[in-house]
Parts: sequence; C-alpha cells; structure tokens
Amino acid sequence: MKIQGKVHKYGADVNTDVIIPARYLNMYEPDELARHCMEDIDSDFINRVKPGDIIVADTNFGCGSSREHAPLAIKAAGVGCVIAKSFARIFYRNALNIGLPILECMEAVDKTDAGDLLEVELSTGDIINTTRGLNFKAEPFPDFMLELIESGGLIEYTRRKLAASHRD
Amino acid sequence: MTLVEKILAAHCSRKAVCPGELISAGVDVVLANDITAPLAIKEFRRIGVDRVFDPQKVVMVPDHFVPNKDIASAEQAKMMREFAREQGLVYFEVGEMGIEHVILPEKGLVLPGDVVIGADSHTCTYGALGAFATGMGSTDVASAMATGEIWMRVPPTIKFVYHGQVSKWVSGKDLILYTIGDIGVDGAIYSAMEFTGEAVEGLSMDSRFTMANMAVEAGGKAGIFRVDDRTIDYVKPRASRPYSVYEPDEDASYSRIIEYDASQIEPQVAFPHLPSNTKPISQVGDIEIDQVVIGSCTNGRIEDLTIAAEVLRGKHINRRVRCIIIPGSRDVYLEALRRGLIETFIESGAVVSTPTCGPCLGGHMGVLAAGERCVSTTNRNFVGRMGSPESEVYLANPAVAAASAVLGKISSPEEVAHK
Repeated sequence: MKIQGKVHKYGADVNTDVIIPARYLNMYEPDELARHCMEDIDSDFINRVKPGDIIVADTNFGCGSSREHAPLAIKAAGVGCVIAKSFARIFYRNALNIGLPILECMEAVDKTDAGDLLEVELSTGDIINTTRGLNFKAEPFPDFMLELIESGGLIEYTRRKLAASHRD
Repeated sequence: MTLVEKILAAHCSRKAVCPGELISAGVDVVLANDITAPLAIKEFRRIGVDRVFDPQKVVMVPDHFVPNKDIASAEQAKMMREFAREQGLVYFEVGEMGIEHVILPEKGLVLPGDVVIGADSHTCTYGALGAFATGMGSTDVASAMATGEIWMRVPPTIKFVYHGQVSKWVSGKDLILYTIGDIGVDGAIYSAMEFTGEAVEGLSMDSRFTMANMAVEAGGKAGIFRVDDRTIDYVKPRASRPYSVYEPDEDASYSRIIEYDASQIEPQVAFPHLPSNTKPISQVGDIEIDQVVIGSCTNGRIEDLTIAAEVLRGKHINRRVRCIIIPGSRDVYLEALRRGLIETFIESGAVVSTPTCGPCLGGHMGVLAAGERCVSTTNRNFVGRMGSPESEVYLANPAVAAASAVLGKISSPEEVAHK
C-alpha cells in the first residue's frame, strides 16, 4: 500500500484539542469534523491539504483526550498517513482502529521539511523523500494490520473476517 | 509482578504476565459519555450483534455537554439515552448524574482489582481504588461492549515514591503536577504509574483520585495506588459485588523508580500550554486573571469544595473575576449544601453550576474569549482547551484557584489568609 503526498510539518505534543477542538464534538460525521481539522494550530491546513498528503510531527503526537474524532478528522481531510517520532497511546490505537496509517521514524522527522514530497510503502516501511533524495525506514506493518487498514478499520476488518469464516 | 501485572494476569486467566506481552483481558466495566458514545454506538451497530455482552457492566454517563448546550449536543445525548434504554445499561440521567469519574467510584460501580476501559482519557482516575483503568477510543469501546474483552499490551510500571508529608495547602493535585513537570507530558508514555510512599499513604481518597486522574497527562496508560484501610473504608459501604485486593510482589520489577521529597513540594501552577509547564506558587509572579473554575473529574469532589470554601469564607471574589464552581456529582452537591459550602460560594460572589464537564473542554458554562486568562482546577491547558485559541489556562489546586479568585491574580492561599 503506497502513499504519496506533500508534507505538513508540526512540532511536539500536537494534542487532540488542536487536531479537533471540543467545540466541534457535538458532531461525529468524519466529513464535518474534517472541516475543522488542525484549526487551532494551523487555520489554513484544511485549505492546503490535498488527498494523500502526509503529516510529519515530533514526539507524542495525539496526546490528550480519547476522542476518536481526532484521527477521523485527519483521515477525512484526505491525509494519507502520519509520521511522528512517537504517538500518544490512545491516539495510536484509535488511528489504526479507524484505518489511518501511522509510522514512527525519528530520522524521517528530523530530515523532512514542510512542502517536501514523500513516498511511503506501508508493507515495507520505506519512506522516500523525493524532494531531497533521502531514504528512511520505519517498522513495516504486519500483514493483518495492512489488511485492517485497507478494510478501513477494525470493525470492517472484523466483519470481513467473520463473513469469510461463515463461508468456510 | 507489579500491582498492574497481577490485575491483568487475573483478567486473562494466566498465572503471570510480563511487560510488552499482548493479552486479551476480560473487562469489569465499559464506559462511554455523551461525546464518545455516539461513535461507539455507530460502530457497535456495524459489528452485527444485537446486545451488549452484559448490560450491568456497560455504563453511560451524559456529562460533557449536558444539560444540552445546543441542538447538536441534544441529538447526541438523545442517541446515547435511547441506546442505554434499549440495552438496559447502567445510565444516569441529568439530575442524578455527575461527572463520570466522580460518580462511578461514588456509586460503587468500580472496585479494587477491576479492569475498566472507558472512552474517556481520564478513565485512569479509578486507579485510586487499586483498579486497572485506562482510556480508549470509541471503536475499542464498541468492540468491548460486544465481546466483554479487550486486547492490550501489558505496560511496564514506573514506581513513584513520595517521601515525607505534604505541607498545608498542598494536595494530590500538586504532587501530580510536580511529577508531570519533572517527567514531561510523555514521561510515562505507554507505562503504568504506581504511586507510593508515606506522603500518598497520608492522602485522602479524593486527593488520590486527583493524582490517578492526571496519569494520562504524563502519557501514562494507568495510574494506580495500593489498596489500604482508607480505600477499604471508601469502598465497603458502596460495593454491591465481591472484589479482589492485589498486592505487588516484593521483588516486582519496575522500569524506573522515581523518588521525591513531598515535604519540599509547594502548590504548583501549570502555565500555558502544557500541564508539564509547572512553577511553584512562590515563583509565579504577577499574573492577572479573568476567570476561575473549580470542579471537574480532577478536582470536583467534596474535599476540593471544602478547601475552596475555607479560602473564600467571608471574602469576596475580585470584581474583575468570574468564579465558577461545579460540584462533580449530585452527592457532592448535596453534601456541599449540608456543610454550608454552597452558601459560602454564593455569598462570596461565585456562580455554582449543576454537575458538568462544561468549561474544562471549552464546551459551555464558562468558555473563554480571546486574550482571557483562567485559573482552573481541571487537567489540561492546551491551546484553545477552554475556548478561544488566544485564551490562556493555568492549572492549579482548589486552594490556589480560590485565592486567585479573591485577589484577581494567581495567588497563594496564604496571601488571602493574611489579608
């Protein structure tokens, strides 16, 4: 599964309150949430972001609340994956559960700037910065996780698995 | 094994587990609120099962945006209410309800030795009871509602030892803010935090809830205390089912042991925009404020209100400050009435609200305008947390918050006492 896009870069401790402010948590449809994604730290993000674009951030991305609305907003905004030095644990689970790929890679974060073009291959963990001609490596996803992401998240993945086992 | 490892081993029918292992654990309580339940219900419906695994183990509490702040919030609260009725869940309506992490222990719904998962990051509060409790998202909660199980990685445990005794005006809030200031907002990432030592043994249950509550603010998966006489005194009159008390082994293995001299810790203030950005009250300087909030799942219990009233009694809230006080539950509210605290608050010029999370997350009941500053007993001070992205939140204990309300700037309760 390959992802290609432009980098939007942020610092450490990007928290769920800035990813999707609580004033918008009176709704839960992903497309509605996406309109306000990153609003409080980067009000122009939603106008600049193109399908497949990649968020690159420092440590502890997604810290704070358990709101699954945060990865949902990022995914519905068109972001193909998030690369960070580390992720807060609830965000980590939530992102994969809704089918948003996330990768940990210190070097890629340090050597990538906003606007660079990245190519990410999830099955191998290869990250290529085509703007700078640099290659990085993240831990590749195991097959079941790739399948889960391709299914769109845990629930759809579980449904497909159950349906397949009923056919057998 | 550590306390957390023992609880988790017991919940996956194993003799032992070790940090890093992936397990599937049975859950005693699954929790959601009016913000996270709608998504969880939507995902639950997609799984294709009709009923939750055990309606007595699924708890739903409307607390974030209730009493409904707008039409969209009303729709979400309605969706949760109807699902709770349909499934026969444990549910608290407005009037009976309180902030989820205040009422679940109060009603005896969480007990020592339990495994609890909640679609709210402050689910870790219940660690004060010697339970393993952790926040997760709506999809995880949907899956646990269907199966009664959850997969997780056994976390390493960091042991915190607080030596000595705390000084006057220093509470669990200050110990946890000091700790987060020391280790940082990701200092305990993926780990369980076990709070021990003479100083925490001397803390009330309310102060212990405050400390466990903010474990997530250091990135922790859980915050936990050993069960002692004080825990049992709290739990016994409330429990309506059996519970298990676990003790860490003497040779338990901790990923780190961090020790503090609690007698040297002053009341702490976390400056914008991270809970780790702490300073002792003596080094705060002159910071004028516009609003004070006393309440929340962190500091909305009876001890918190009692301390605030002690500072406010016979004083008046500064003319340029709005002071909003929110008891965390109906029981806390009633007890505050009986003790005369509510009268003290209203006489001093404060506003008292029905229980709600409201202003803590910029929902309602005290949202901030651009340029405004608030001293709050809540748990987060991220950009825009309580309203405008150009507002500022300073986190503190209830005594400091009350003193700041009187003097109109961030202040020590000592300054009010000497006035």
